[in-house]
Amino acid sequence: MKMLSKITLTSTFMFLLVHATYAACGINSGSIRILANDFPAIHAVLSAAEKCAGGGVTFTKNTTKEHRTLVVAGLTANPAEFTSAVVANSSIVPLLNEGLIRPLNDLVAKHGRGLKKNQLITINGKIMAVAFMANAQHLFYRKDILDKASVGIPKSYEEILSAAKAIRAKGIMEYPFALNTKTGWNLGEEFINMYMGYKGQLFKPGTAIASVNNAKGVAALKMIKSLTEYSNPDFLTFDSNATAALWEAGKLGLATMWGTRGGTILDDKGSTSNITSNTVLASAPTVAGGSTPATTLWWDGFTIAKNISDKDAEATFIAMMNGISTEMVKANNNEAVWLIEGFVPGKASAGVFASASAGATPYPMLPYAGLLHSALGSELTEFLQGNESAQQALADVEAAYTASAKEKGFL
Amino acid sequence: MPHRTFIYFILPSLLSMILLIAVPIFSAMTQSLFIAHKQVIIVSETCDPFGCKKETSVDAEATANLRVKEPLGIFNGFETYTNRNHLAAAEIKTSWNVATGWKDFFSRIMNLPFYKALAFTITYTIVVTPFVIVLGFLIALGTNSLASRLKGPTIFFSLLPMIVTPLIGSLILFWMIDADGIIGSTLQRIFNDNDLSLKASPALTWIMLIVYGIWHSTPFAFIVFYAGLQTVPHETLEASMLDGASLWQQKRHVVIPYLMPLIIFVTLIQLMDNFRVFEPIVGFNASANATSLSWIIFNDLRGEDALQLFGSAAATSMLTIIGVGILLIPVLIKIWKEFNSKTV
Amino acid sequence: MIVAVFPFLWTLWGSFKVQGDFFSKADWENAIYGIRTLAETGGTFTGNGYSNAWIEHEFWRSAINTSIVVFFVVISSLTIGTLGGYALARSGYRYALWLLMLALVFRAMPHITLVSGYLLPFFQWNLWGHLPTTIIVLVAINQPFTLWMLHSFFLNIPKELDESALVDGCNRFQAFWHIIIPVMWPGVITTGLFSFLLAYNDFAVTAMLLSQENQTMVPKIASFLGSTQQEGEVMSAVAAVVSTTLPLFVLVMFFQRQLVSGLTAGAVKG
Repeated sequence: MKMLSKITLTSTFMFLLVHATYAACGINSGSIRILANDFPAIHAVLSAAEKCAGGGVTFTKNTTKEHRTLVVAGLTANPAEFTSAVVANSSIVPLLNEGLIRPLNDLVAKHGRGLKKNQLITINGKIMAVAFMANAQHLFYRKDILDKASVGIPKSYEEILSAAKAIRAKGIMEYPFALNTKTGWNLGEEFINMYMGYKGQLFKPGTAIASVNNAKGVAALKMIKSLTEYSNPDFLTFDSNATAALWEAGKLGLATMWGTRGGTILDDKGSTSNITSNTVLASAPTVAGGSTPATTLWWDGFTIAKNISDKDAEATFIAMMNGISTEMVKANNNEAVWLIEGFVPGKASAGVFASASAGATPYPMLPYAGLLHSALGSELTEFLQGNESAQQALADVEAAYTASAKEKGFL
Repeated sequence: MPHRTFIYFILPSLLSMILLIAVPIFSAMTQSLFIAHKQVIIVSETCDPFGCKKETSVDAEATANLRVKEPLGIFNGFETYTNRNHLAAAEIKTSWNVATGWKDFFSRIMNLPFYKALAFTITYTIVVTPFVIVLGFLIALGTNSLASRLKGPTIFFSLLPMIVTPLIGSLILFWMIDADGIIGSTLQRIFNDNDLSLKASPALTWIMLIVYGIWHSTPFAFIVFYAGLQTVPHETLEASMLDGASLWQQKRHVVIPYLMPLIIFVTLIQLMDNFRVFEPIVGFNASANATSLSWIIFNDLRGEDALQLFGSAAATSMLTIIGVGILLIPVLIKIWKEFNSKTV
Repeated sequence: MIVAVFPFLWTLWGSFKVQGDFFSKADWENAIYGIRTLAETGGTFTGNGYSNAWIEHEFWRSAINTSIVVFFVVISSLTIGTLGGYALARSGYRYALWLLMLALVFRAMPHITLVSGYLLPFFQWNLWGHLPTTIIVLVAINQPFTLWMLHSFFLNIPKELDESALVDGCNRFQAFWHIIIPVMWPGVITTGLFSFLLAYNDFAVTAMLLSQENQTMVPKIASFLGSTQQEGEVMSAVAAVVSTTLPLFVLVMFFQRQLVSGLTAGAVKG
């Protein structure tokens, strides 16, 4: 009798314990299937969200570089293959265009009390995504190199050019500068960033007609060309991995890199302490005497699919809220520039914050921006190789863009 | 063989190919003839972490309504094939009228993405294919005449480059040929030029990709020829030796005709595979200097800007198939002739 | 031969170092001497890459997935391929040639377009992310090559062999099974080897059609590299690359003896 009651007591206790753990997330059933890009900040979020699994709640995640190829087909199916897609300014656009994600207003009202206002991505009042981190390309400089060359901290790209010239003249480095000029998406991004510094308009307002072939576009291109003259001749293969590697090997004195690289560069692996301690992250430079930093601001956030049951939608939302909780931020403070309550800005996030405070423009969330970006990335190479004029390159960009836009129904 | 038996034998194979290859090809062909309906654009207030502003966005519902009646889109005929991103008929006509000479006309055409890619693809195919066949044949002959103890390891080593998947093989080599990597700096030392960089110049990038292609595909030719060499009938060879033929004459008049079906087979496969090259371009980050037709498709479908151009990719795929068809015509004629001579 | 082997030896050597050495932009000789490896791990060689890949990232799961996929792809490919190739070789009618030409056209289609075309139907019918789907796709995509190769080998086998079997009263299938297959062994092995390599090394299909849990080895390596190459992850990728290639070495060494003996046996019989 005593034994039986002991067993009953223990098992009831265990039962309650188990249920108590499952009740931590507050979901008792549902299927959570997430598709996301593959980098550490997202891993942190998804691991925290994964804690909601168990007890009738199934959780699967797919973090892959191929997410952009899978997302539209995956969310078009009914029921959708994924209940949530983690997106950024650019990758949310096809989902919006095709109507594949649902408005989150009611879910936010019910479960999203702790969200800050600037985490909500709204279109005409409908909350379409919840953002959790920000990123931007900005300036990295080596204090010791600048001191050796007796130049001050450059605040504009013109100052960077003279700083690079001085560094080279003093024989410190032959190629002191780099930006992410790899043909393709990276090159397109650099042009857009620079063009924003000149306060250029990518499209004629209110239309999908590209308008980059103008004085500002030519100036932006020429500035990039001058900058690449201080870069290693391989610059057309430099993606963010390459520039970060160059930095950590001590081959650069100045660079424009993504803020998320800050964490990896400033840690104690892969580089010498001399380089690491002298690396400073600063706001993106301005250009041509303007006041807008020549960069674009990016956010990453999660969305909830439309073609799923409301139960799954709610379960996924709760899990993702768990994923972007303050506890997660406290445990992963330096992985990204979190927009979440509880983030303590440090050296690694200085550049992004500075750029945002200085008034940088966000990357446009326009339905056809991606097409122009792609055209820029492929057609600007020849100008940088010295094979054609800036006007010709920009004309090619507009022609390539127009052809794709016609195909997609924007023109 | 009676037709019925034939059908039974080939049914599973045929079925799998029809379902998973023929149907997608047909659907791609159809897709390439259409473009999307006009997207309904509205201006809305968009708020993000950095502020609110009025931006254009797509009215998804209205656009979806347009699509309901005609899900395929607007019929575009062959317009997609002739637009600037493909055959660029209009641009070529303008260039022809405006160009100041052959060189100028040529450089204007090379400015067009499709033709730039076509140039590299054709060069790559025309150079790599004969090299692979000849090298593979020579290595197979060489291995065949080795002592049998050495044969094993030689076969093994010669197969190595083919074993690793191209994406990763080219990535490893990319790291090595970087100006700071082992091959890159050794080359700099050999040519005594500190600025020599395989990645910076288009000509060198092309050469590097071609060398990689030869390195990677030769084992395939080698193993097929080697297997074939084992089945050369000894009597014919001995007869030719008795007739006083030299080694080279033996090879030319006995071995090569015997291996002709295999040579044709390897040529076929190599022409097709080389025309569809794209993994080394991705692995070597070489798209600044070299693009190929399959790379254009890759860019359209997996480009990092999230808008997939299905119609464009489908059109380029169709053009690739046509290109392969054109390349294969000489080989196909030979096969046709041989088949006819056999059945007669 | 050295040209063939050198990159692998280099990668093998480098897989025991730290990223700072193997990919050193400061001095490539670091890869040989392992300076940063010494600084970061206390020894000039480190198994960190391997332990990271195999234990932390559970690369062994991918290895099992690859084995499953490869096994079934090779078996299915060879089964339907030998049947089809035999039929095409023995048919004697013109439509056999047309079918072969058609197979060529099929093969000319770039794989990326094919796979992108599969995505929506697979998602809709809940076929995406499962190993059997990938197996069937790999078999189908490779059929043109398999058919061509086997049909070439079959053509070299004299017709008298199965004709005499038919005269003896076997039906086609019995003739095929009892007479031809034993003689076909070298061709089957060679084609099997290519099917094996195709399934083992495939990236385009497996990267897009498999979910993260049941990825095979090659897309898993690509995922180590990820969107941004993280410290330590790149070395996991290098270690994984070496781990992926080593079993192939072993297999080829083993099969190459079979291949040689099978081929010479075939020649003697022929």
